[in-house]
Amino acid sequence: MQARALNPEENFIESEPYYEITGDEIAIFEAAYQNKLPVLLKGPTGCGKTRFMEYMAWRLKRPLITVSCHDDLTASDLVGRFLVKGGETVWVDGPLARSVRAGAICYLDEIVEARKDTMVVIHPLADDRRALPMEKLGTLLEANQEFCLAISYNPGYQSVLKDLKQSTRQRFVALEFDYPTQELERKIIASESGIAPDLAEKLVKFAHMTRNLKGSGLEEGASTRLLVHAGKLIKSGVSPVSACRSAIAQAITDDSEMLAAVQELSSSLF
Amino acid sequence: MADLPRHTAIQIEQSLELWLEVEFTFLHVDKLAATLSELPREDQDFLLNWIRRIATTNIEIAHQFGQRVMDVLSHMDRRVIEAWALHTMDTYDRSGLRPALLVVQDAENFVHLRHERVAGAVYEDVSGILLTFVRGLSGRQLKMEQGETLYTDTETLYLPAVVAKMHTTEDNFQLCKAMVAYLWAQTRYGTFRVNLTDALSHYSDNEKALKLFHALETLRLDACISRELPGLFREMKRLRAELGEIQPISDKWADYTQELAKPTATANDCLRLLVDAYTGIVPDDVCYQGELKPEVVAACMSARMEREKMLLRVKLAEFAKDLTKQNEKERESPPNFDVKTPDGEEEEQGGITQLELTLDDMPIAPPEGVRQLLTSIQLDWGEIPPECLTAAGEGEYDPSLYQEQVQDPDAVWQGTYHEEGATFYSEWDCGRQHYRKNWCVMREKDVLPVYDNFVPEVLQKYNGLVKHLRRVFEAMRDENRLLKRQVYGDEVDIDALVEALADARDGSEMSDHLFMRMHRTERNIAVIFMVDMSGSTKGWINDAERESLVLLCETLETLGDRYAIYGFSGITRKRCELYRIKRIDEPYNEEVKARISGIRPQDYTRMGFAIRHLTHLLNEVEAKTKLLITLSDGKPDDYFDGYRGEYGFEDTRKALQEAQRSGIHPFCITIDTEARDYLPHMYGAVNYTVIDDVKKLPLKVADIYRRLTT
Repeated sequence: MQARALNPEENFIESEPYYEITGDEIAIFEAAYQNKLPVLLKGPTGCGKTRFMEYMAWRLKRPLITVSCHDDLTASDLVGRFLVKGGETVWVDGPLARSVRAGAICYLDEIVEARKDTMVVIHPLADDRRALPMEKLGTLLEANQEFCLAISYNPGYQSVLKDLKQSTRQRFVALEFDYPTQELERKIIASESGIAPDLAEKLVKFAHMTRNLKGSGLEEGASTRLLVHAGKLIKSGVSPVSACRSAIAQAITDDSEMLAAVQELSSSLF
Repeated sequence: MADLPRHTAIQIEQSLELWLEVEFTFLHVDKLAATLSELPREDQDFLLNWIRRIATTNIEIAHQFGQRVMDVLSHMDRRVIEAWALHTMDTYDRSGLRPALLVVQDAENFVHLRHERVAGAVYEDVSGILLTFVRGLSGRQLKMEQGETLYTDTETLYLPAVVAKMHTTEDNFQLCKAMVAYLWAQTRYGTFRVNLTDALSHYSDNEKALKLFHALETLRLDACISRELPGLFREMKRLRAELGEIQPISDKWADYTQELAKPTATANDCLRLLVDAYTGIVPDDVCYQGELKPEVVAACMSARMEREKMLLRVKLAEFAKDLTKQNEKERESPPNFDVKTPDGEEEEQGGITQLELTLDDMPIAPPEGVRQLLTSIQLDWGEIPPECLTAAGEGEYDPSLYQEQVQDPDAVWQGTYHEEGATFYSEWDCGRQHYRKNWCVMREKDVLPVYDNFVPEVLQKYNGLVKHLRRVFEAMRDENRLLKRQVYGDEVDIDALVEALADARDGSEMSDHLFMRMHRTERNIAVIFMVDMSGSTKGWINDAERESLVLLCETLETLGDRYAIYGFSGITRKRCELYRIKRIDEPYNEEVKARISGIRPQDYTRMGFAIRHLTHLLNEVEAKTKLLITLSDGKPDDYFDGYRGEYGFEDTRKALQEAQRSGIHPFCITIDTEARDYLPHMYGAVNYTVIDDVKKLPLKVADIYRRLTT
């Protein structure tokens, strides 16, 4: 099958993504969307923030443009830049500008990873001005009525360098995400990976064991996403202990002693 | 090797006389030399090498080793002999001459114990993994320590030094894991929620009753483990089968097993069944069950229950205060905390539930510390008693109850046990070619701050220099560099574009390097300054060191690098002291300034422990570049216990190598003009600098730092 090229602003989520509601997050997001308020999603990695965004994009029937932020992400990467084509310079919009024009949902994932100066670009978009200054063009791009800005960050890192400035965070409606309850997590894993409920339950137990180790040598415990990965491997015939090693243990740590201990935990469970 | 001629008896005797200092010790070495002379050259070299190495530790041991080793040479392989020699020296370090000589004499016993060492799971090797393992399991955060026997006091799991019941190391490790899991299960499933001392007091044979209770409880806990950790339980059964522990049991015990396997069974059920079981015989111990120590448990539990009750109340009061601050409104009534089971959550077996904490009926997310306390209290009481949930009022608690008592380093010298509360570091013994284990007794101390005019005076004195240094350092800070001719970037590089267009018109290929972008080089450096506080720095060296530190701090503040300052000194291995002047996360404040002013010369220059400890501290910091800069006035040297000359150099060198291996760059700034003789050997040819005039030290240190980090 040939790969399908898609312009970001055409990225409508066509079928309903699997999402388990944990509280009133949908109502709050919808209310924020109607009131043109930007949204901040807080929570540990792999707990379902991105999936929630996909679900909301599907629900609100808006295209979703996701930007995964990183150390070198500059303001130009978001807003746009001049490129040289055929001997002339042409302006090319960045993902943020495209979202603003197309009225898409722009989701800046792990915003604290981006360079600090990038943050300032989103400020005028995140307050009642709802405009994106395009300095290099000397214009101000007013946001489409349906444009929505959402950002995510993980307060668990607890690093001075990776914290969100007050001037940024106080512009957003914040939604806090956490790992789902045991029962819900079991349900998610079973339906996402297709494994039997009792196996899913053991995976959840294992995840809790690793989460107990947070602060005792592990930065983060196993996320729901990793459990789903492990579940999928098990479904494909990999033994549970091997699946836990490859999909979870190796993913959460490189420390050999910690790996051995996590391995002992999984072999005790299955 | 085989071609080399054998050493003659006379040659050997000469060497032995030298190593064993026969001139003073009057030891007879002629017979030993004669016997050794008959051996093949390879054996001669091997044994002489070991006798020489042991002699650097103790001559008497070396002499006896030489004699004894001849008896065992035929049936001991070399690895065992090496291990035996090292064990002897370790024993000497730890316990003294007599026990070490016993090890030398009893070589056969060493071989026997060696199986334990080879195949056994040694506490030191497995405790790291197992502690993490047990922390992963639910319940209280348990600790682990080495003990004489296997038991728990409900807070700490005590494991024997070596577990060697099984044939292979792997199985012995699995047995250790089973032991740890079993002790964990005791704390997790409420073995100690019954008061054993009272409950068993009416049995005439108390010991038998306790053993029977333990056997019954093992049945119950086995069932719990099989439900919670089926993989582990399979392994436990296998271990028991291999040890021949699974034997047919009587009908009565089969009934007990069935009854105690119910998820609802508790320790009280074991007590109930004990009445019936008491008339029968006590079954054999299970390999992982260890011992029950009701008195130890009772003492530990009662202290903890009281402490945790108070702690929870204190923490709830603090938590309520924080919440009030966040809400920016004063609380009128005292906070009303409560716990409830969230909807849909079932109570887990053993009485731990994920409880939801509420404040004035609103659910709140408690901090991790509070959550752990709630779990621990639940484990002890089976529930959260309402009196624990009343937030403590002002002054209603004794802070000493919930603060860990830190020992005053000076106070231990008034007692007899000088190692209490200290950290131990091994030291490299070059003669032995091996580490002396846990040799240095290290403590951190604060420098006594002196609030005077020292810092302002230094700033005044070096006014111009400080300004200059600040400017220089400022220029180093997070430089933004414009990178031209890039494939992508923020701006078009007009020069490159013009060139490229000209090329295109010319018919040649157009370059795609047409952009410029700002590249920000972020400094990510952590540095620890290790300052010599030995007695020899007295006078102007000390002044120069203190002045250098002030200038450094002033300039480093502009740079934003993380830095710490520690002084080191000590007297003998028993009193190795590191003086905190500035911790890495501590701001450069008035107190730090006063501590710099308060740096006073102390005792001797033992360097290895300081490097090792600071390496450890530096490794806990996350930084791209880690530097350990020593400011010193001389070579390693200590009083009386041989830390000078080659021994001191080699240990310091080894410590520096350890630091380097863990990714730290060591560097030394010294004012010892003879340092060129020994520093290259210790630090490497380029990692040191000698300042020949102490007055230049303050001027140079900051400059050297700048060169090192750019």
